[in-house]
Amino acid sequence: MATRLKDTDVVVIGLGAAGGVAVLPLAQAGLEVIGLEAGGAMTRRDFAPDEIRNNVRGWPMLTSHKTNQEAPTVRATASANAVQGGHPMMNAIGGTSLHYWAQHWRLNPWDFKVVSETRRRYGASRVPKGSTVEDWPFGYEEIEPYYEKIEYELGVSGQAGNLNGKIDQRGNPFEGPRRREYPMPPLRWTAFHEKMAAAAKGLGWHPFPGPAAINSKSYQNRSGCMYHGFCNTGGCHVDAKNSTAVTTIPRAQATNHFKAVTGATVTSINVDSQARASGVTYLVNGEEFFQPAKVVLLASFCYENSRLLLLSKSSAFPDGLSNNHRQVGKHYFSHHQGGQVSALFPFNIGAWYGLPAQGVAVDDWADDNFDHAGVDFIGGGNLWAMSDRRPITAAGMNTYGLAPSWGSQWKAFIRENADRSHSSYLQKTTLPYEENFLDLDPVVKDPLGLPVIRITGEYKDNERKVAAFAQDKMEEWYRAAGAIQINRGPVGGAMGASTHAYGGTRMGDNAETNVVNRWGMSHEVPNLGVLGGSVMGTSGAHNPTHTVQALAWRTAEHIVKNWKSIAPTTSQ
Amino acid sequence: MSEQSKLISRRDVLRGVGIAGAAAAAGPVSLLSTPDAVAAAPEPAQAAQPAAREAFENLTATEADLLEAIVDRLIPSDALGPGAREARAAHYIDRALGGALASSRQAYASGLSSLDRYARASRGKGFLELSPADKDSVLMDVESGSVTPGIFAGNSGQFFNLVLNHTRQGTFGDPYYGGNANFVGWDLLQYPGVRTMVTAVDQKALESGQLKANHKSAYDFEGFNKATARLDSHAGDMKHGD
Repeated sequence: MATRLKDTDVVVIGLGAAGGVAVLPLAQAGLEVIGLEAGGAMTRRDFAPDEIRNNVRGWPMLTSHKTNQEAPTVRATASANAVQGGHPMMNAIGGTSLHYWAQHWRLNPWDFKVVSETRRRYGASRVPKGSTVEDWPFGYEEIEPYYEKIEYELGVSGQAGNLNGKIDQRGNPFEGPRRREYPMPPLRWTAFHEKMAAAAKGLGWHPFPGPAAINSKSYQNRSGCMYHGFCNTGGCHVDAKNSTAVTTIPRAQATNHFKAVTGATVTSINVDSQARASGVTYLVNGEEFFQPAKVVLLASFCYENSRLLLLSKSSAFPDGLSNNHRQVGKHYFSHHQGGQVSALFPFNIGAWYGLPAQGVAVDDWADDNFDHAGVDFIGGGNLWAMSDRRPITAAGMNTYGLAPSWGSQWKAFIRENADRSHSSYLQKTTLPYEENFLDLDPVVKDPLGLPVIRITGEYKDNERKVAAFAQDKMEEWYRAAGAIQINRGPVGGAMGASTHAYGGTRMGDNAETNVVNRWGMSHEVPNLGVLGGSVMGTSGAHNPTHTVQALAWRTAEHIVKNWKSIAPTTSQ
Repeated sequence: MSEQSKLISRRDVLRGVGIAGAAAAAGPVSLLSTPDAVAAAPEPAQAAQPAAREAFENLTATEADLLEAIVDRLIPSDALGPGAREARAAHYIDRALGGALASSRQAYASGLSSLDRYARASRGKGFLELSPADKDSVLMDVESGSVTPGIFAGNSGQFFNLVLNHTRQGTFGDPYYGGNANFVGWDLLQYPGVRTMVTAVDQKALESGQLKANHKSAYDFEGFNKATARLDSHAGDMKHGD
């Protein structure tokens, strides 16, 4: 029998990028908040600059027992066999925000109105067949204050490109209008970034430094970035990466209204006789607890959000919590991250130090920033030229057919070229489709005997065309900067488990096609909120975390402002 | 730290009694004996070969000789400087096979013996006795996988890639793990080394080729926890996600 714990106001499932943000405004408002986290706590001492540990052996994700035991199964289509792969996320206070790249992009205004804007500009036929994409229930202007909130509360470095409608060519001229500058200037550029920016300008494009949730100078009494080169899949040894573990979570703890429980594996969200959420059941070292709460916030990443709802069955919700409209798991997609481009230059580019969030971006070919009348797809790609190199990775570089992969000839090649290659990061519009979805795997279970989530998904025509188009633009850019060899990765394929995973509990006004309303609260369970990329209906051509965190803050603020109507008043 | 000193003491014990040569003849079990058992073993004749090389922890002497010979061809010592043998890449692999790479132990046992069998079948000599050029041609066959079926269990190209990846780890990884001895791998790449702070001035120096190699392991810097540096997991090699 589960031990029933003392009632609390809000229980948050998962203390990563999303849950770790939401706890702050809740606790600051005086609500009693308990955060359940499956992992433990890590500090800067755990983040050694060690490529074997971080990048070869996959630490710190390997410390993450829960995600590793419940990795999704993957199949491209409903007729294929689903195979279990790895899990891209980790459990810990701060979650994957401990070691992510920390690119911190706002979405473009177009991303909130993909359907209506495509119809208006190009006609209804241009929305790809089979896609279930909808406009968001609000536009960019609604989320803008929350983007600003996150930029200042966590700390984001960057250069404004559109300040109250005034375009600043040093920043992204295609961004939506912002009311305030970034709180910190952008991360510094290297000589190679300057060269790439000059090449982009020569092509008539608009290069600018990308935004990062990394301190470019001391902020909130934490250090500026040290550019030491171990940021990719590494935590920060000086706390300059603005993970929730060093920003919002400790501030929430300081209010004395927030308590984090580590090592907690949530097995179900419970409901009362009136079909409201009553709390959550969780295990710590095999011991079962029930945490009653007036409001439940589900923030356990895309896969677990759908999974936990589908696992939480009751007489009121026989197909899983908040799933009486059969929408949980629908509209799933992940950013199409394949189809990158790499280049070889005839000079060293000085990339041994630096980080993936440091670099030069081009948004001319992203979203609807260019006229799509002459192309046969919608959306586009953000082109990103960053700094990221470590020795083992460098030794594994593509030899572009100029040398074998071992022996004396290779040795001579690598000695000359280890610092002469560059790989792009093209972030591309990806849409949801009827045929791509999440459900419970009928066969594969975790050690508790609970089914894991199953991903059914593949990238469709629109995604493949966007990718090939973005590759063309990246190749053009590399050539303009002096590249002598180019390699293009394959596009398309199955949607493997991804750090950029969206949908499954989509947000929208229509309860027939969406799980949560415009505030992130369930259409079917009024005191259940969902946080994370799982509520996003479009991805745009930019990394998700900023939007995830802006939405998390907004949902938490909505709960605070509407506490009396959201929290059940009768005893449970 | 204590693990490392333990390793050294066992190594010293093995050397001290001249057991390495005997173990090479006796097969895999002897090397795994506890120091006590080794010390209790009969003293070998003084005529026994002096220990030509250090003992390995997990590989048999035969396997270790083959692996040393392979890594020496993958990243050879040549006019450009030392290679994987000097970096002690085989020692890195051997040590990791008892920990983070334990799931590859069987692949090494099977792959190394298959490679030697293939050398004898196709070139008439064991791999160790072949000329450098013949060793390379055998490795090319193993890499392509086209002529080895029947001798290799499974795809020999997979075994080749496994060894190549691990050889790179042992040559270019942090010396903490037992490879990249004297930083020969990092010097080959002209990587100026692990730092905890890189200023704008350092970056400019790097760009003008003036930044000197600092020859430090991550764990030469104060304050990093080592407890999780050696994993018992069977993770294999993972690519980054972001």
